[in-house]
Amino acid sequence: MAETIIVEVRKCLACRSCEVACALVHSRSKVLSEAVSESPKPQRMLTVEASGQFAVPMQCRHCEDAPCIKVCPTSALYRHGPNAPVLICREKCIGCKYCLLTCPFGVIDITRDGRAVAKCDLCLERTKVGEEPACVAACPTGAMQFVELTEALAERRRMAARQAGATAAEKSVVYGE
Amino acid sequence: MDPTKRSSDKAAQDIISHMGRLGQENAWDRLDRQQPQCGFGRLGVCCRICTMGPCRVDPFGDGPQVGVCGADVDTIVARNFLRAVAAGTSAHSDHARSVAEVFVAAAKGHAPDYGIKDPAKLKKLADELGVETENRTSAEIALEVGQIALSEFGKSEGEQLMTRRAPAPRRAIWRKRGVTPRAIDREVVEALHRSTMGVDQDYGSLLTHASRTALADGWGGAMLASELQDILFGAPTPGRGDVNLGVLKSDEVNIIVHGHEPILSEMVVAAAEDPELLARAKRTGAKGINVAGICCTANELMSRHGVPIAGNFLCQELAIATGAVEMMAVDVQCVMQGLAQIASCYHTKLFTTTAKSRIPGVEHVPMSEGTAMKTAKELVGRAVENYKNRGPVNIPPSKETAVIGFTNESIKYMLGGKFRASYRPLNDNIMNGRIRGLAAIVGCSNPKVELDYTHTTLARELIRRDVLVLTTGCATIACGKQALLNPREALELAGSGLREVCEAVGIAPVLACGSCVDNTRMLVAGSEIVAEGGLGEDLSDLPLAGACLESISEKALAIGQYFVASGVLVVFSKELFPYLGSEKVREYLFAGIEEDFGGRWAVESDPVRAAEIMLAHIERKRDALGINERRERKLYSMEERRVLEVS
Repeated sequence: MAETIIVEVRKCLACRSCEVACALVHSRSKVLSEAVSESPKPQRMLTVEASGQFAVPMQCRHCEDAPCIKVCPTSALYRHGPNAPVLICREKCIGCKYCLLTCPFGVIDITRDGRAVAKCDLCLERTKVGEEPACVAACPTGAMQFVELTEALAERRRMAARQAGATAAEKSVVYGE
Repeated sequence: MDPTKRSSDKAAQDIISHMGRLGQENAWDRLDRQQPQCGFGRLGVCCRICTMGPCRVDPFGDGPQVGVCGADVDTIVARNFLRAVAAGTSAHSDHARSVAEVFVAAAKGHAPDYGIKDPAKLKKLADELGVETENRTSAEIALEVGQIALSEFGKSEGEQLMTRRAPAPRRAIWRKRGVTPRAIDREVVEALHRSTMGVDQDYGSLLTHASRTALADGWGGAMLASELQDILFGAPTPGRGDVNLGVLKSDEVNIIVHGHEPILSEMVVAAAEDPELLARAKRTGAKGINVAGICCTANELMSRHGVPIAGNFLCQELAIATGAVEMMAVDVQCVMQGLAQIASCYHTKLFTTTAKSRIPGVEHVPMSEGTAMKTAKELVGRAVENYKNRGPVNIPPSKETAVIGFTNESIKYMLGGKFRASYRPLNDNIMNGRIRGLAAIVGCSNPKVELDYTHTTLARELIRRDVLVLTTGCATIACGKQALLNPREALELAGSGLREVCEAVGIAPVLACGSCVDNTRMLVAGSEIVAEGGLGEDLSDLPLAGACLESISEKALAIGQYFVASGVLVVFSKELFPYLGSEKVREYLFAGIEEDFGGRWAVESDPVRAAEIMLAHIERKRDALGINERRERKLYSMEERRVLEVS
């Protein structure tokens, strides 16, 4: 996948804006003041989970070797190619829930009518026109980011290198004494 | 962002672009930085009242549906609504209290710079309040009236005295629903008590108290503010003035007064005419001293003195960014802290003047009633001194002529003259359908909405359909900027029936009725229109609707709620009504409340569709009154005449 959602856990304040934005972007009207009275209610595809004093927004990781695709008996779960998001074809889905059980992150859900499964589509409609996924765009602290994986890794490397350098410098002062 | 998306007014567009080029920040930029804004807050489903929280309810049903205390979404939204109404009521009423204090001080002779400018109105109010007026001086009467007014805030028993002005059926409805307001402070305190953790947890009961709290504003604090201000500073009479940033002068000392209470601004206007200060201004090279207003202060000053209006709420930063403002003096409400930042980019001296309202980094010059004129002269002096520090100026040329200053009294005077002042001609023309009904367009300017666009579009749509429009607050200034308060231009846009009446009487189709506390003038006018006869027995019978489509303030919500509880349909913008998260609250405010009070809320962001909602309501009321039916013209014989019953 070219781009992926990464979360900087320290920045997440658990405001759940991403949850609201997710439900909203998957609503019929896509307008908050309208969506709140839609029926069935718009459904969110990600959840902010508490983890000690931190909180982490959890959604589909779009695994490269996706177990949900493997177990789906009707091939309702699919992807257009390598690096593409894992999608669900609601017409094919029989609601057997194999994918729910096999997902290691527990981020696949049942639709409100119970007839199919609902999952993150990585906001395909938005990313097609160059926009970030709705959850990322809604994050007020920038804890969620939609980044090129190679760029994210490079940034992580640079950060680790800076830390190592700082530690070394500190230690050398100690040794110098 | 494109300045034409931010403002429908050319002058504001010019200054927004100018600020953009210089990298200076304004409210629109800060709004952009605040994006995205929290969906829980926008729906009113978060609660920060106790420290078991903060809690929020998932509006789409997947997450938690109740707070830690068990409060459901209906309770949470209703509590937020009630607290906002209480805050709005506090703002108007604390403003009223300041005026009442000056009023009493003036009566006692402790405020030599203030006096009774309108003894006729004082006598009328004294009669209403049961104050003896025979063989007493104005000061004696004013003292007793002022003391009664002050006691309205904290009296331990009894109802708000001004509610007596409402039609009897209206008062009966309030009594039946248990919402006749008691002391103003009491309703606000009770609102905070009910909505704290673990007290009132029934959305219906919370919203009913919101009505009572709001009525303590509309028929209490705010109404007293208008009355006492009229007596202290003179009741407004319609007069001409200029509106928009173009009123700033390139060759004079420009002073802006901004805020709400006329206590400060009246003195500044008087001080600016001081010959010694004028001479000093001339010595510094200026041709004179030009005072202009912003926000409700502007409405107060133009309606009493014809002082020009520089702009509405969102123009406060823009005015300073013209580089032409030597001094801005502010008092209370709608004063952005951002002013301090923009003033630091220019030579403009910014002063706070009341103990209730301070801003870090801004010089505070306390205004007290005993030494008001001395302080005002000091402020004007500082402005004159500052003229020499002025850099390049960029004043947009736009300004429009407006007629402002309509009151209950002056509208009746326009309709019937000095000896036959009456609403009769208005009632007759509503009954015969030349005028379909009345609409109030009130309130703020919000950077989420293109500046002035919705107020003015709504006004145009309504007058085109023969609805007489009354405006107050920042909506008035929006109408002024777009020539809707200029009778000659606005009449071209009015429907033929409305136009005919306006031309015969000599008024504009959009009547500027003052500041936001002056919305109470409309309640009084409505009650007198009912009393005039032919249009039902209660305010809720009138073909009347109100709208505030650019609201920002809790004050707007309090105003909306007191109009609704007085029997009027009120339309707010859907995106600016942060209480939509509860289905039951929506159902009550948009429908159920009409059974209780005859008025209701509606939400609509599009001004043309909002006009449709208001017109449908007006026509429904007309149908109910039976004035939409065509009547055959009947020629009565003498016999038939004798048996006619005269009511």
